[in-house]
Amino acid sequence: MSDAFLNPDHPSVVFACRGVRVFVKDGDTEKQIVRGVDLTVRRGEKHALMGPNGSGKSTLAAALMGHPSYRVEGDIWLNGERIDTLEPHERARRGLFLSFQYPVAVPGVTVANFLRASLAARRGTEIPVRAFRQELNAAFETMSIDPSFITRYLNDGFSGGEKKKLEILQMLLLKPAFSLLDETDSGLDIDALKIVSDGINLASGPDNGLLLVTHYQRILNHVQPDVVHVFMNGHLVRTGGMELVTALEERGYDWLAEEAAIPEGSRA
Amino acid sequence: MSHEEELAGAANAVADARAVRSAELTALNDDYTAKYGFHDPEDYFLKAPKGLNHEVVEMISRKKNEPDWMRAVRHAALDTFRAKPMPRWGDTEGLDGIDFENIHYYIKPKGEQASDWNDVPDQIKKTFDRLGIPEAERKFLAGVTAQYESEVVYHSIREDLTKLGVLFMDMDSALREHPEIVRKWFGKIIPTNDNKFSALNTAVWSGGSFIYVPKGVKVDIPLQAYFRINAENMGQFERTLIIADEDSSVHYIEGCTAPTYSSDSLHSAVVELVAMDRAHIRYTTIQNWSTNVYNLVTKRAHAHTDAVVEWVDGNLGSKLTMKYPAIVLLGERAHGEVLSIAFAGNGQHQDAGAKMTHAAPNTTSRIVSKSISKGEGRSSYRGLVKVNRGAHGCKTSVECDALLIGEHAVSDTYPTMDVAESDVRVEHEARVSKVGEEQLFYLQSRGLDPDKARLMIVNGFIEPFVKELPMEYAVELNRLIELEMEGSVG
Ligand SMILES: Nc1ncnc2c1ncn2[C@@H]1O[C@H](COP(=O)(O)OP(=O)(O)OP(=O)(O)O)[C@@H](O)[C@H]1O
Ligand SMILES: [Mg+2]
Repeated sequence: MSDAFLNPDHPSVVFACRGVRVFVKDGDTEKQIVRGVDLTVRRGEKHALMGPNGSGKSTLAAALMGHPSYRVEGDIWLNGERIDTLEPHERARRGLFLSFQYPVAVPGVTVANFLRASLAARRGTEIPVRAFRQELNAAFETMSIDPSFITRYLNDGFSGGEKKKLEILQMLLLKPAFSLLDETDSGLDIDALKIVSDGINLASGPDNGLLLVTHYQRILNHVQPDVVHVFMNGHLVRTGGMELVTALEERGYDWLAEEAAIPEGSRA
Repeated sequence: MSHEEELAGAANAVADARAVRSAELTALNDDYTAKYGFHDPEDYFLKAPKGLNHEVVEMISRKKNEPDWMRAVRHAALDTFRAKPMPRWGDTEGLDGIDFENIHYYIKPKGEQASDWNDVPDQIKKTFDRLGIPEAERKFLAGVTAQYESEVVYHSIREDLTKLGVLFMDMDSALREHPEIVRKWFGKIIPTNDNKFSALNTAVWSGGSFIYVPKGVKVDIPLQAYFRINAENMGQFERTLIIADEDSSVHYIEGCTAPTYSSDSLHSAVVELVAMDRAHIRYTTIQNWSTNVYNLVTKRAHAHTDAVVEWVDGNLGSKLTMKYPAIVLLGERAHGEVLSIAFAGNGQHQDAGAKMTHAAPNTTSRIVSKSISKGEGRSSYRGLVKVNRGAHGCKTSVECDALLIGEHAVSDTYPTMDVAESDVRVEHEARVSKVGEEQLFYLQSRGLDPDKARLMIVNGFIEPFVKELPMEYAVELNRLIELEMEGSVG
């Protein structure tokens, strides 16, 4: 892929990172989870990221968003601007978005209140109540979420599928430049998968990009990624297209591990 | 209206309210000192010298022209106060910090009690204007009293309520105008010797509210009292008595503030409630004392057959608060609730809780206590649920939730259950949580800065309490919380 030679701040690139390493505290020492990731996503591109359980996909996604409990090395660009020293909310305001694998509940905070504050933060201006209401209603309809959820407390007592739908609803509202979607398809029934995939496609356009972390081909058939990466042992070990997904479905990850000469014990 | 429209409508109403609230919040950039911490020049009609003795008690009673029986009650109470040891529980170290000889026990502001706002002395009027009192009255209250130091300076009640026989006035006026009711109930719920501070209050009480709601009368909108301490080293000892006769209902709200001084003031109220058969009393307190005030309040209610009593208690500010609203469920099927929040910042100790006594069969109760400790603040929940012998088939639930902000914040719980019957359903839940890193990260990943995110989590935490308040109070409380949340976590 020639993209690795494309400058990360080139106007055609929406998101890029170079040499990203992620460390977590492990007692008195540090444990390295991500061991050097280079990624270049052009505007309009959808990338998929697949890899075994525990290989570090969520860690990578959270670290790119700026999670405070990780130490991160490497450079990150969003829309040509370095963002790796920015706090998560500053990255978000510039258009980075993370759909969580496990969205947390915030009891007592209504979905409406939360969304209004997020939207105001992202747009840098308060949204008039009426306009907000219209936008909200439309988004709820698009995502087939019952309007009663507007007054529910954020993710509090939501089913797994409901949480994931609300994540994509946020993506629709916040209109990010680049979205990290961490297993947004996990735990969805067939209808919900369609709704979520349609939501993702609707939120994608010629100017933005996304990285979709998944274990399954199903969602990729809907979303049709341009590029597929395989992530193992903290590295991107292979990059290709949909044919790679088919190969993984048939053969699992072991052949790739062998090719990449990853020792048996560290293939996660 | 379809179900969906209804829901959307509700959501819109919520969004609107939030918008108003957040606009108010944005407009806010002062702190306690600017908003409440100011004080007026001291210009009083009468200010008792510091210290507590029989002469001071005699003087208070004489100035008020009280009947002999009340004077005797006061003097006896002073002896009880002196004989009683300090409580040996709670924050004993904090209590030992009180210097009873360094306090003015009675201060009478200039001017007589007014029922027309214009007749309130200018300086005091300005103070209450600044605190938004008359405005609140116009907007949503059925009656108001405003107490400044020891005396109620302003009082009003909606005419239609007077016609229905509702009595709402300060305690001193009640003693003059309705001596038989006062004598019948005064100190009957909380006897003088209940504890050291109830004795103190009985000796030097002044002001406070008196409410009597006749049989079957439902007071549909709240009655309010506002308590303001102005002088340094002031002791405020209001005495409140509310009697809701059979089948009546009333909601009473009190708010309290004081200026910021470097030396201490003492607020020690006694509040007695009686809910007769099938009556309903809700008593809401939002107190926001400055951090030099010791706040030691005794509150107790009697709930008779099928009566409902609710204490809704918000404790912000003060140096040390010790307050455990109590309900004695005396009649069958009576129901009691204590819903409280406490916010303890640096140097503050909120020791709050509830006492529930099930003295009759099939009575039910619920205690929900939420506390927030920030920086080096400490909050304690201290609760007692007692089920007497013979009180069969009772149900009680206790829920304590503590939220810690920062590494040094402290919370502790001391729940006591004393259950003498076996067919009783008791639920108890206690949770301590930190403002979670994952919650913060989630909100931050949506663009909220850490302060805003933290505030949102805290407001969410107290939401079950806030939604019990009238909108104006809810807005005010959210504002106060925002003030408390400002500044470093320490
Ligand atoms: N804070 C942490 N402390 C210690 N270990 C961690 C921490 N965060 C992640 N890990 C470890 O890092 C590895 C990668 O975890 P991560 O959640 O990123 O995997 P994943 O690829 O997303 O897996 P899955 O497909 O199951 O979601 C795991 O072994 C996990 O236990
Ligand atoms: Mg994961």
